[in-house]
Amino acid sequence: MKNHPIRGGVHPRYWKELASGQPIAAFPLPARLSLPLQQHVGAAAIPLVEPGQRVRKGERIALAPGAMSAPLHAPTSGVVHAIEEITAAHASGLPQLAIVIDSDGLDEWAELPAPLADPFAAPPEEIVRRVAEAGIVGQGGAVFPTAVKLGMGKQYRLDTLLLNGAECEPYITSDDRVMREHAAEVIDGARIMAHALGVAKIIIAIKKNKPEAIAIMREAARAFAGIEVVGVKIQYPIGYAQYLTQAVTGRETPAGRRNAEVGVVVQNVATALAVQRAVRHGVPLISRVVTVTGTAVSRAGNFEVPIGTPVAELIAHCGGYRARPRFLVNGGPMMGFQLPDENVPVVKGCVGIVALAEEETARQPEQACIRCGTCMDVCPIGLPPVEMAQLIRKDRLDDAARLGVGDCIACGSCAWACPSHIPLVQYFNHANGALWTADRQQRKNERLRQLAEARSARLEAARQERLAAQAARKARAAAPRQEISE
Amino acid sequence: MIAALIVMAGLALFIGAVLGYASLRFKVEGDPLVEKIDAILPQTQCGQCGFPGCKPYATAIANGEAEINQCPPGGDDGIHKLADLLGREYKPLNADNGVEKPRAVAFIAEDLCIGCTLCLQACPVDAIAGAAKQMHTILAPLCTGCELCIAPCPVDCIAMHPIEETVDTWKWRYPTFTLKPVERQAA
Repeated sequence: MKNHPIRGGVHPRYWKELASGQPIAAFPLPARLSLPLQQHVGAAAIPLVEPGQRVRKGERIALAPGAMSAPLHAPTSGVVHAIEEITAAHASGLPQLAIVIDSDGLDEWAELPAPLADPFAAPPEEIVRRVAEAGIVGQGGAVFPTAVKLGMGKQYRLDTLLLNGAECEPYITSDDRVMREHAAEVIDGARIMAHALGVAKIIIAIKKNKPEAIAIMREAARAFAGIEVVGVKIQYPIGYAQYLTQAVTGRETPAGRRNAEVGVVVQNVATALAVQRAVRHGVPLISRVVTVTGTAVSRAGNFEVPIGTPVAELIAHCGGYRARPRFLVNGGPMMGFQLPDENVPVVKGCVGIVALAEEETARQPEQACIRCGTCMDVCPIGLPPVEMAQLIRKDRLDDAARLGVGDCIACGSCAWACPSHIPLVQYFNHANGALWTADRQQRKNERLRQLAEARSARLEAARQERLAAQAARKARAAAPRQEISE
Repeated sequence: MIAALIVMAGLALFIGAVLGYASLRFKVEGDPLVEKIDAILPQTQCGQCGFPGCKPYATAIANGEAEINQCPPGGDDGIHKLADLLGREYKPLNADNGVEKPRAVAFIAEDLCIGCTLCLQACPVDAIAGAAKQMHTILAPLCTGCELCIAPCPVDCIAMHPIEETVDTWKWRYPTFTLKPVERQAA
């Protein structure tokens, strides 16, 4: 199948060769695991355990307070050490509440929900319920609750499940390895998700720089009708859901809308694997495949890591650093973020840890814009980065918003391509954050205005009532006197 | 000549009628200027401006009875916005009204609270829950940080806590790069 034309994009050096040849290895059980209550889009999970309590592997330790959230499960058996604030695996490095479990080394399983013998005979709601209970969130790094996405068949008219195996970030190879080693499970998971969504067509999109994965997935998909494996252009950010949808189906998602509105739901291949394990075996999301790579790491590799494992243990397991890393990045180098320190845990959305050595990073001083227009050529959304950055520098955020800064997907192509090394995407991230904060304050102010008005109306009504009562009393007091006088 | 006059007069009458109808049909309720000023004010309802709330202050500004530099929570930013909106000269914040402080929320030390309801009556946005002889508590998401509840409390159990940044509210900073000192090389 031929790709449809897409806008912009860049071609960074991919560095996949560092880890792509390494099979997924089991990771030794860490002594202590930290599970942040917020590892997903939506409300934070609510702990169900107390310090000192013993938990078993796969046991639910925190519940989801609503549909837009995800529960947490113990990645191994052990004792809850504490529910305390740890440094978040987040660009801010601020503290975040987490359940800390001391492993007892037994790795003893809890009783898991009975596997669904035939998921295709089960109603879609049952699949969605199981996926929600397993705490599965988008494994590509977006960490959107998968059950919410699988329930979209009710709101939108869908026809295609697009399985995202593009993995367009440089360095990262976890999805590549998942497809090569778990092809049958991924396809099974995709079919289960397609059943939940009520769609007949599954397209598996894999970037052409993974020929092995394409061949293996084609072979595994051959047995089933309605599954197509498509090789997509080697171009960053082809793995961005809306962009991939356009490249594969030719349908462009309108600004600010969901992908599902054009009839396509995109799921990551690793998510398909997690769904398959949850539905077929009752295993919740307690581990994930993580790539540890970068030229600063002694031995790059791919590992099935329990959620909550400290990043420092991952690095140590890979033989430590070969060179002092300049940056330790969570996720790929284009859209990932610099980790605040090595003790943060691996979370559900962590596709990889990249330790970048000095020579891989090229940070040069910012120079004046030469108005070459490269950023406009490479922007996959078709925004004018040069204009927006100028407005943001002048603190004219509302004008930048009018140019569409809110549609920026923060892919970083503009900053990557800029010959003057202007931190364009950083300006847009700042602007979107500031606009979000201002919008939130505006909403709060609106509510406060209503409350203040309601209060003054209430006080005014009470005053009127008091005056009326006073007048009535006066009238009553005056009335008997009249009678007497008569 | 006559024809032209009739046409012009006819046009004038017709347009006049349309405009007259439109002014009745699309009459603007309320004073849009007050609304616009009120939208800029921080809705703290603290009364530091000398008026009993943001709306009365907005009305006073619109009527020319108040200066634009009497709102400490709005700060410098707010004064600039008001100056832009009203075409008036920017003035620094009037120190008589108070000083600009970081946003905070009130917090009741619940073990000290005696349930007197005085703070409930003082709160301009009804953000305190409680009843007579029952413990009171602040509804933090609605608290404006106006500090009006602090003075009436007979046991001084209300304190202001600054709003701290969390992982949820943290946003990317304006891109600046810290300069690293060059490592001194051994001669």
